[in-house]
Amino acid sequence: MLLYALKRLLGAIPTLLLVITLAFLMVHAAPGGPFDDERVLPPETRAALEAAYNLDQPLHRQFLNYLAGVVTGDLGPSYHYRDYSVAELIGNAFPVSLQLGSMAILLAVLAGVAAGTYAALHRNTLLDRIVMGLALTGISIPVFVIAPVLVLLFAVKLQWLPAGWSGNDGAGRLILPVVSLALPQIAYIARLTRASMIDVLSSDFIRTARAQGLGTRAVIRYHALQPAMLPVLSYMGPAIAAILTGSVVVEEIFGIPGLGRFFVNGALNRDYTLVLGIVIFYAALVVLLNLLVDLLYGVIDPRIRRR
Amino acid sequence: MSRLRAFVYVVLFAAAAFVVWQYQWAGQSEQPDSSVLHRGLPADPESVDPQKARTTQAGDVLRDIGEGLLGYSPAGELVPGAAESWTISDDGLTYSFIIRDGARWSNGDPVTAGDFVFSLRRLVDPATAAFYANAIAVVASAEAIAAGELPPEELGVEAAGDRELIIRLERPTPYLLSLLTYPATFPVHAGSIALHGDDFTRPGNLLSNGAYKLDAWTPGSELALSRNEFYWNDAATAIDEVRHHVLTQGVTELNRYRAGELHITSTVPADNFAQVREEYGDQLRIAPYIGVYYYGFNLTRPPFKDNPGLREALSMAIDRDVLAEKVVGRGEEPAYSWVPPGVDNYEPRRLAFADTSQDERNARARRLMAEAGYGPDNPLQIELRYNTSDEHRRIALAVQAMWKEALGVETALINEEQQVLLANMREAEVTQVFRSSWIGDYNDAHTFLSIVESNNASNMPRYANDEFDAVMDQAARQTNPKWRRVHLEEAERVFLADHAVIPLYFYVSKHLVSPEVEGWEDNVLDYHYSQHLSLAPVDAAP
Repeated sequence: MLLYALKRLLGAIPTLLLVITLAFLMVHAAPGGPFDDERVLPPETRAALEAAYNLDQPLHRQFLNYLAGVVTGDLGPSYHYRDYSVAELIGNAFPVSLQLGSMAILLAVLAGVAAGTYAALHRNTLLDRIVMGLALTGISIPVFVIAPVLVLLFAVKLQWLPAGWSGNDGAGRLILPVVSLALPQIAYIARLTRASMIDVLSSDFIRTARAQGLGTRAVIRYHALQPAMLPVLSYMGPAIAAILTGSVVVEEIFGIPGLGRFFVNGALNRDYTLVLGIVIFYAALVVLLNLLVDLLYGVIDPRIRRR
Repeated sequence: MSRLRAFVYVVLFAAAAFVVWQYQWAGQSEQPDSSVLHRGLPADPESVDPQKARTTQAGDVLRDIGEGLLGYSPAGELVPGAAESWTISDDGLTYSFIIRDGARWSNGDPVTAGDFVFSLRRLVDPATAAFYANAIAVVASAEAIAAGELPPEELGVEAAGDRELIIRLERPTPYLLSLLTYPATFPVHAGSIALHGDDFTRPGNLLSNGAYKLDAWTPGSELALSRNEFYWNDAATAIDEVRHHVLTQGVTELNRYRAGELHITSTVPADNFAQVREEYGDQLRIAPYIGVYYYGFNLTRPPFKDNPGLREALSMAIDRDVLAEKVVGRGEEPAYSWVPPGVDNYEPRRLAFADTSQDERNARARRLMAEAGYGPDNPLQIELRYNTSDEHRRIALAVQAMWKEALGVETALINEEQQVLLANMREAEVTQVFRSSWIGDYNDAHTFLSIVESNNASNMPRYANDEFDAVMDQAARQTNPKWRRVHLEEAERVFLADHAVIPLYFYVSKHLVSPEVEGWEDNVLDYHYSQHLSLAPVDAAP
């Protein structure tokens, strides 16, 4: 297994190299530079800055320098944040994004499955229609509309929850962002669950279970829920992707110092190293997660280990 | 993605969420209390190193934690800062400052003349790569040092003992005193740089000489400051702690103000302006601000090269009153000059057509267009570039319509991302008409007029007029403020007559200020030091 892991990691190197090269070229191909401003720098100041960041060297040399840095774990200094290195900025921002995203997924699954199951059990009643109507609304309304409405309602009018991140310590500040991120996913998962639950509930083995005298609760818990979850589980991949990308908007609206916000602002400021650093970080994360998942497969399913 | 893989992902995520959640609860702390001032900041400072900072938001933070030789009163008047007094030689070339006896760093060390020598040298030293290295270009040898021709030690700044600082200039510079309020000229603590290297700006390491010190900085979130007990005027500081919240979205900031989480906002978003005015009445503070919003012509390319009549026609056909009142509409002043009103010791010159009616202007503009060879059968076709923003788009649409209606001009609007537009302006290849703005760096007409000198890097239209340069040069050699003013005003007249730019409106500063905040005064620089403010609880929450 160790050999397998090592092989996989070595196999990831060309992938990462390609990602770095493409990202490097794309970032540098964007018009404008990190020091452009309406206050144009005098030539000697510009020269001093470019020298300080090695931007005065030919592009291939800059690339090799950068690559050498990355290999030693140095993602370079940020061009915009002159007091911080890229690694530090990512180190600060990632836990925030992770926390936000993972809690939103958790909420989406729990609430979505519960609502979907409920609607399936009360199929074609008024309650079912209400739940599914809400779900349809939830899917249709984008995050950048939901979030400000939640803020106006719960933070400005009712003043139950904080409107922003900074200066509000504790978990309260997480609630509105997590709910904003999770709502569209709750809606989608609820619809998936309902459809699949209705399907399962009408199958023969459920009828058998009922015929044996099991109550609804037991039928759902021991027989129906597990098969009904399969489509939901398959949807987890897209859901995680949607939440990670949606977090950029939520981070802006609530002023959350997450990775998505640094990525977008870094691109706008032409903070080459910050953008590259985040791209590399995400790429490495995906590679590592996939490896981890495959290794866990081996643990769970002995057939894979033997291969 | 297979189901099993997806399942493992979910479990991993959930586990991670749990860990971080736990950690988060553990980090809970006390509620903010009434001696903490919460202010909005439109973006992160790029640095809290005075010599490496660049933007206004960095300045807002640095004015709280640092102090230059001079500073500003709440009303925006120059007042002594780290220097208690100064004398100026008769030729205007030598300034001698006496550093305040009680001036202290946040660790108790005295602030000395040597600290300023060290910091000003550091500012011009190319190795520092300071954005504002040229801010003190008027100091003897500064330009040669910035160009790498002389070592920083040659800078015309020296200490006579611990308390006297002597600054020698290349030429008389009446605005030197206001330059010395600029954060780039703030002192840094040499010992702490020697000790910590580049990490000297970190909270905990950073030694500052202002009313506050930096306790924490979470990039993208907030900067937390607390009282510097060693500050010479600490007794006058009312507020113990200041939080600068980084809020890049105006609407987010507004909602936090509405929710009572902010005392002061950095701006008011355009979309919500009318509603805010209604809702908050006199909590909304609008004041003239030294900034001009303008359209520039690319003077190096046809059709605007050597074509002042055409440029004048386009300038005249824009109804600035409609633009300022109806399109922007937050109390902005229509601009008929280049230097904004309210600048010290200066009376802005006005465009020649400023006192005629819009109908008269349009009629004259049509004649000028015809003279330039454009008419109904040969309409002028131009491109107008602006950077992404709703407001810039609205203004561009209005100008497009005004030009079309008055002159039959076909304007193509080209929206570019900020950095793209800046690069295009700098290269002056593809641009024809472009949107830009200029915010004064100090309270003097020079900060506006100098950028259109032919050798200035920020001269976006590439304006070059020997007469203008000569008048500016004469102004630079005047020691008498009255004569200097005459020359600067003459320079502006020359510049306006050439129609290298179309000034559209002068900016206003826009803040929401909670009734709890006392000591706030509007001023043209829009500087509001936290040390001048105090918090008084009011019965009704903001």
